[in-house]
Amino acid sequence: MTVFLSQIMNGIQNGVIYASLGLAIVLIFRTTGILNFAQGEMALFSTYVTWELTRLGLPVWLAIIVSMILAFIGGALIERIVIRPFEQSSPLVLVIVTIGLFLAFNALAQLFFGVEAKALPRAYPDRNWLIGGVSLRSDTLVLIAVLAVECLLLWALLQRTKVGLALRAVASNADSARLLGVSAATMLMLGWGLAAALGCLAGALVVPTTSGLTAGSMQGILVFAFAGVALGGFDSPIGAVVGGLIIGIADALTRQYVPALAGIEIIVPFGLILVVLLLRPQGLFGHVKVERV
Amino acid sequence: MAERARRQRLIVGTVVGLAILGYLLWFPQQQAPADVRLWTTAIYFGIAAMGLNLLTGYNGQVSIGHGAFFGIGAYTTAILVNDHGWSLLATIPVAAALAFVVGVAVGIPALRVKGLYLALVTLGLAVVFPDLTKKFVRGVGGTNLVRVPSASLRPPEWMPGGLQPDQWGFYLALTISLALLGGVWLIVRGRFGRALIAVRDHEAAATTVGVDLARTKVLAFALSALYAGVAGALSVQVTGIANAEKIGTFNLSILFLVAVVIGGTATVFGPLIGGFLVVMIQEQTTDFVADPPFLSGFLSGKEVLSPAIFGIMLIVLMYFLPDGIVGGFRRLLRRILTRRQPAEPLGASVAP
Repeated sequence: MTVFLSQIMNGIQNGVIYASLGLAIVLIFRTTGILNFAQGEMALFSTYVTWELTRLGLPVWLAIIVSMILAFIGGALIERIVIRPFEQSSPLVLVIVTIGLFLAFNALAQLFFGVEAKALPRAYPDRNWLIGGVSLRSDTLVLIAVLAVECLLLWALLQRTKVGLALRAVASNADSARLLGVSAATMLMLGWGLAAALGCLAGALVVPTTSGLTAGSMQGILVFAFAGVALGGFDSPIGAVVGGLIIGIADALTRQYVPALAGIEIIVPFGLILVVLLLRPQGLFGHVKVERV
Repeated sequence: MAERARRQRLIVGTVVGLAILGYLLWFPQQQAPADVRLWTTAIYFGIAAMGLNLLTGYNGQVSIGHGAFFGIGAYTTAILVNDHGWSLLATIPVAAALAFVVGVAVGIPALRVKGLYLALVTLGLAVVFPDLTKKFVRGVGGTNLVRVPSASLRPPEWMPGGLQPDQWGFYLALTISLALLGGVWLIVRGRFGRALIAVRDHEAAATTVGVDLARTKVLAFALSALYAGVAGALSVQVTGIANAEKIGTFNLSILFLVAVVIGGTATVFGPLIGGFLVVMIQEQTTDFVADPPFLSGFLSGKEVLSPAIFGIMLIVLMYFLPDGIVGGFRRLLRRILTRRQPAEPLGASVAP
């Protein structure tokens, strides 16, 4: 039983990480209809910025806040400069553009910050409690708390403020929103900025729990975050969270209990997506687009 | 007028095509083996892109997992040659068939999954593939690297001309790519091609005119997998190995998609051109950063920059040529042709 619970805890910790990046992916998909392949590498780059700021002597929590602000500005600028010119393009062209960003950010991070692994300190004490034989790490608690606050703030922003209403209006129909006086341009920049800031936070919190920050840090996480988002539904923030958690827990339990899949555990999350999508093609919490003939 | 323009275009096309073919036939005779191998790589890249174009361009199903089918082709060929003593040439149909069968197996569940969700499921293929080879392939020293004997890379005895392995590989890839190009051309012009396009443009409307949705989509998937499998088999002739890490199934899947889009989605020749460009641009940026003609002080030791240059070039290319090289070329041609039209006297186009 304790082994089972420990694995659940491991799964939750990883799942929360996938969910945080997944939220950023959903946010961009919701506001612009783009699947952003560069989300992970944007987070990577801003985490390097966090690391650079701590090296300049800033306390970690302040470095995270400053780099989140910088990431927000950077994300909005990317939307304005790189993505906006492709506003009328086909989705496939936009996929290629975000792949271009992916390659560029990864290479630029290596260029500016070097290839050797960087250690980023935690913003909180590293503790480990034993409760009934199950170890509970402060990492897990902090990640859960941050994700919960993120969700709450996002929900409040989208559902309870004028800006959120405008964001949703642009997402559901940009032309009608424009006619009603909502600046779609500003909202799109806002969406990208928010997503970039969320990605930055995810990166800065994840890296201290791993062996260090390298150019490949985010790619595995991105794949699982994508998997979580597909499971939950591309247009659903709740879906991203639930999907990420399911993927994390399923992965951890497979590692513990299914020795036949040793080495190919990654089959489980993707098999799970396939099964869920076969039953519900729009993901667990996604919405169906009705097509009129 | 329209008739004349078409005939002109046909003549120009034939002349240009023959010139390119002539150059390609001459090419391996004159170049260093490393360059010949690079061009062979560009050709099999184009083959995989042609297949993906059938699926993504003509049928509208986006896949970012075709690197896995490429890997299946590469491992099939390498294992048959190394462990079972087959000749490399004989393994190619087997690699193609195996990729086709796996393509059917993947295509059937893909029927229910659409758009980005499908893209993500296929991404799973590319991610899972290296782990699968690590678990089930026993190559050099128990790793997932399978090396074929260098003798197997030589041309078969009945081939005249005393070709070197690199030259043989080039001609082999060129021949197969032409055959597969013909295949795409026939498909696109035929009934099946029209079914592909109809399904892409409007599934519901396509079914009402009698298109078998499931058959069309699964066959598109399987055919595109076959092309990728053939490309993978050819890669063994060039590299002498099959290795999932070296292949990089995830990156490769993305590059195939890039090749399709920058060449020209849903065009016959586009993917070949796109595959060629992807391979050459990457090679050129690597060479450029390693040994720049200018900026040498700034760039020295910064090889990591070449993917950045490649990425930025992709974005710029998409900005100026959103419909790819072939699409851009067509627009240019149309502009030239229409500009010339007003010079014709009124009524000249009326048939006597």
